[in-house]
Amino acid sequence: MSVSFPELAAIRLGFGLSPLMPPPETPGEVLDSVAAAAPGPDAVTLDQARETMNRHSALGRNRMDSGSEGQAEFRALNRELALIPMVELQQRLARAVDAPAGFGERLVQFWSDHFTTRSLATNTHHLRLAFIDEAIRPHLGGRFEAMLIAANTHPMMLRYLDQGRSIGPNSRAARNNPNRKMGLNENLARETIELHTLGVDAGYDQDDVRQLAELLTGLVFRPKTDELFLKNWAEPGAETVLGRSYGGEEPARIEDIHAVLTDLARHPDTARHLARKLAVHFVADEPSPALVDDLSAIWRESGGDLSQVYAVLVSHPDLAARFRQKVRQPFDYVASALRALGVPGQAILAIEPRRIRNDLGAALARMGQPWYQPVGPDGWAEPAADWITPQGLAARIEFSLKQPARLLETLPDPRDFLRTALGSTAGEALNWAVPKAESAREGVAMVLASNDFNRR
Amino acid sequence: MLSRRLFLKSTALIGCSAAAHPLLSSMSFAAAPGENRLVVIILRGAMDGLDVLQPYGDPELARLRPTLAMGPAKGALDLDGFYALHPGLSALYPLWQAGELGFVPAVSTPYRDKRSHFDGQDLLEAGTGNDLPVRFRQGGWLNRLLQAMPGAISETAYSVGVEEMLILSGKAPARSWAPDAELELSPQAQLLLDHVYHEDALFRDAAAEANQIAADTMQPERRSRADAAGLGRFAATRLNGETRIASFSVAGWDSHANQPAVIGKAMTRLSDAILALREGLGANWGRTTVLAMTEFGRTARQNGSNGTDHGTGGAMLMAGGAIRGGRVIGDWPGLGEGDLYAGRDLMPLRDVRAHAAWAMAGLYGIPRNQLETSIFPGLDMGDDPRILA
Repeated sequence: MSVSFPELAAIRLGFGLSPLMPPPETPGEVLDSVAAAAPGPDAVTLDQARETMNRHSALGRNRMDSGSEGQAEFRALNRELALIPMVELQQRLARAVDAPAGFGERLVQFWSDHFTTRSLATNTHHLRLAFIDEAIRPHLGGRFEAMLIAANTHPMMLRYLDQGRSIGPNSRAARNNPNRKMGLNENLARETIELHTLGVDAGYDQDDVRQLAELLTGLVFRPKTDELFLKNWAEPGAETVLGRSYGGEEPARIEDIHAVLTDLARHPDTARHLARKLAVHFVADEPSPALVDDLSAIWRESGGDLSQVYAVLVSHPDLAARFRQKVRQPFDYVASALRALGVPGQAILAIEPRRIRNDLGAALARMGQPWYQPVGPDGWAEPAADWITPQGLAARIEFSLKQPARLLETLPDPRDFLRTALGSTAGEALNWAVPKAESAREGVAMVLASNDFNRR
Repeated sequence: MLSRRLFLKSTALIGCSAAAHPLLSSMSFAAAPGENRLVVIILRGAMDGLDVLQPYGDPELARLRPTLAMGPAKGALDLDGFYALHPGLSALYPLWQAGELGFVPAVSTPYRDKRSHFDGQDLLEAGTGNDLPVRFRQGGWLNRLLQAMPGAISETAYSVGVEEMLILSGKAPARSWAPDAELELSPQAQLLLDHVYHEDALFRDAAAEANQIAADTMQPERRSRADAAGLGRFAATRLNGETRIASFSVAGWDSHANQPAVIGKAMTRLSDAILALREGLGANWGRTTVLAMTEFGRTARQNGSNGTDHGTGGAMLMAGGAIRGGRVIGDWPGLGEGDLYAGRDLMPLRDVRAHAAWAMAGLYGIPRNQLETSIFPGLDMGDDPRILA
């Protein structure tokens, strides 16, 4: 099948075709969407996240003293905070359906999954939003090292990977409080190397992990203060990571942490690891060696300048050669469905957050991708077979049958909808089947449930 | 109609994989797989065996774990004067008394040193050694067991839950289902979708299985929730039918900080799942072996956040009416300075795969040679630990 660039760009690099706007005509239009994914007017800041946490803990502390009124206030706050992820889902879907070329928003998905964090309690939901608005969105088109430093020193990451409680065993704080049983926690150090930079197949060992863990001591987050680095918590002395020595000054400096992260970001194994990861996410579960080589080469030559890496990706011949080798992950699938149905962002933002949770949030969970609740720090799986399981496909079919009628006053004619959603890319079997559906509801469902629409 | 097609497809696949498998070429496919049932639970996140099965009789334990170690004095349930059961698993204590619960204290896979959850789990489920890069190890050991079982059909093995189970993936057909999925299509839409999916094997096969299982479990009272008890209940319904092997995972063991709360929740899920299996299986529980294993253990010392970090050796839990329970099987390596692996982790004394291999030999009569070369390539099974009754 020969597919035109606009259709390829919309389907493979964005959230698909829309009846409300034309697909991007050129690679330049696709790349321009990266800047459009910068933090929006609704961006959440670390200060706001802190305020939420402090308010939550104050109300939680006081609820015993202030009787039933305090209890009710605390419960009301928890109910309000519990809906934050659903409001976020709503905003993200709205941005996805309105974006002229959705590549920038797709990158928000990709990078916030690469730097997976998960908020386990209502009081940190704002903190995770701040992570995306402060550590991911501002750095989408910059150098990788800037995003790595922003992400792995951000309070949300410190909290998710237990860094906030890792203390140098010989630090002043540990020596002054011998009874407090404080010590090192390797979690952030391990994932920084294994998942975020070099990759698990690279040449590092347990000792590098340990040394990096010692170097990372001092990074903390305590909602009540602005301080993000406590030199008294840092392990004294220099540490050696991958043969290079860092730190050793007294008092310890956060600059040494930035230095090791910068070196890890610029390491050739990181270029290879991330080149492959981008290729796997955007092009094929088993990408061609040529694509990985090309992305890896520009990554190294440009010093991890993400804009230059994207430029190679966006105009690569594999985009056409490997058409439909990826399956849309559930969020991309739902966003693409809403976009194809012509639901504007404004209409999505007008939905009650509770309905977002019951309809769309629940659908994502049944498809196997509960919103921002991946099982582990390695984020969501890529292979098509991980998503098109019997239960995952059943959930997509169920969504296709139920949701369009709930989102639109009148369903489109399925034959028109087939063109709107898939342009010239619909396969013969689908072209044959859609006009034979019993009802508009099932005809529209047939398009959304089809392998043609679920693949990209 | 769907069911017949699925059956034909399954038999075709079995024929195929058997022909391709050198060790199987002389096998007959007439015999049914028998009555013995095997359930493998993957404990994702690295269960702290030293907390679940506390060797309180070793004086080093309290020294290494001043706040985590409990022993009978602080509420753990004494098992045999040396080991105590964490109170989070107290619901399983009656099984211990009935000889239906047992432990191996210090085992591991061949995975060493990098201590990555994902690689550790991949190796545990692949059942291979370290000699191949992880991404080249295809398929899981329960699937290779299926390939070695005469008369296995797709219904013989089930993975339960929304998580992918590498352990059952591979050439032999096996089913998977999450108990809370639903599907409602008109017959016409179903026919049309069949046509749409026909040339796309991934979608075609997933849809066929979804239809089949949805048809089997349409009655609402047979639906159960996707929590751990739900997984156990659903697995039991399949095991009471044609299914003989089931696998699912219980996650949430990664207790880097505030371990009592983290591991407490995970233990509740694990005991809920085992109790639901026992209840659901009824008389068939007597023919059932449950093996619960994790990717690696955790550090012998507790860390600075009242938790433990990634380690090496750890415990395996066994349950079921078919096991020789009420005992801890295997030696204790000790926790002294020179006893620990790399000075930090419990020393594994035996390959966890050896126990699974001896169980499969006992349950399904798989010859030792086949277990050591094709199901767990490179494994030395050693002496029979006699985990079955």
